Amino acid sequence: MDKEGIRGIVDEIAALASGSDRMNLMEVCGTHTVSLFRTGAKSLLPETVRLVSGPGCPVCVTSQAYIDLAGELALRPDTTVCTYGDMVRVPGRRGSLEALRAEGAKVAVVYSARDALAYARRNPERHAVFLAVGFETTTPATAATVLEAENEGLKNFYILGGHKRIIPAMHTLLSAGEVPIDGFLCPGHVSVVIGAGAYEPIASHYRKPCVVAGFELEGMLRAILLLVRQAVRYEARVENTYGAAVTVEGNRAARELTERVFEPSDAVWRAMGRIPESGLDLRPAYRRYDAMDRFGLSFGSEVTPHGCLCGEVIQGKALPTECALFRKKCTPREPVGPCMVSMEGTCAAWYKYGPARAEGGGNR
Amino acid sequence: MCLAVPGRILAVREGAESAIGRIATIDFQGSRVEASLAMTPDAAEGDWVLVHAGFALTVLDEEEALETYASLRIALGDDPAPEEPANDTREP
Repeated sequence: MDKEGIRGIVDEIAALASGSDRMNLMEVCGTHTVSLFRTGAKSLLPETVRLVSGPGCPVCVTSQAYIDLAGELALRPDTTVCTYGDMVRVPGRRGSLEALRAEGAKVAVVYSARDALAYARRNPERHAVFLAVGFETTTPATAATVLEAENEGLKNFYILGGHKRIIPAMHTLLSAGEVPIDGFLCPGHVSVVIGAGAYEPIASHYRKPCVVAGFELEGMLRAILLLVRQAVRYEARVENTYGAAVTVEGNRAARELTERVFEPSDAVWRAMGRIPESGLDLRPAYRRYDAMDRFGLSFGSEVTPHGCLCGEVIQGKALPTECALFRKKCTPREPVGPCMVSMEGTCAAWYKYGPARAEGGGNR
Repeated sequence: MCLAVPGRILAVREGAESAIGRIATIDFQGSRVEASLAMTPDAAEGDWVLVHAGFALTVLDEEEALETYASLRIALGDDPAPEEPANDTREP
């Protein structure tokens, strides 16, 4: 789309929002957080429209106790932890997985759950534990991999369950009511799986506009325009600007894989505590792939790094620039909390692209 | 982590039917990766698909796929194509 077209959308957003108080729109997807900065969308928006990051980065919402367990598993002499790359640098109580390598921890970085399975296949004398984290986009891949392990009769493959469901977290944020939210910019790739229809209860029950967007400038701005338009008209509907990949009902085959292997369970989110039905446990038929059961583990206490505001940041309660550690003690080179580790973490995005100093607008 | 990248199905490995569906070789503007078609049972050779963590999530039309690829490049600032891990203990 040409510059003029983009300008047109931005002008329309500004005109619509000019008569109202500041609007807070929340994105609940780490890729949106990064894309909003990188494409310049954030800097194009008027002062009256503010984007707030929500709990959309899987690594960031993962509880500290989970990270600690992953470290404990990696230190077992007969066990290798297989994980997506962005989990490796998250500090746990004894250090990150990366740091624990120096103490003999065995960690393999994989691009897919299927690679973890391949590792198990190649190393029958070792236990391979896959760190199963991620939202609805990622869960079906884990489910299919468990089915594959079952098919093959693999005895040395396990998962450490940490998958999360985004809708229950949105419910929790809204019912707590601590953060003013005027609408949700809904995640593109999560919605490919769950479908735009999944946000209907959020729109109707809480009267919040929900618009699904992809990751390019025009699509995101168009979605923001639709959100602002709904908000000023006191409407609350689900709309979708990413029709190329997202349907109303989503990908049923993907959801069926998840439902075959997992059942919803309560799960602990960083700083948000236990959220009903927001996690997934292996169903009894597949429980033998559960690393917690197999190795007799249980979650320890939730100890977060001193002074780290990640927990507030992922709920939209604080901006990265309001954290005393930000840019000083906490940098991408030496991260204190997960929001600075993950490439889609809010703090990492602000560090790279955000304003140099704390300021009220949060949008320049 | 929820990032998904468009690629084109070069070949489907016939006879590789399993719990994770058919296995396809996907081309991402030059780099090639294997992915499962378990979630896209209708996808065929030549189709564009959105791939995430080793699985195709949905079929895209070509124009849309190329647009998405270009926008991801801008949004994420580098080549979004997934990489095959070089070995078991690749440094992140």
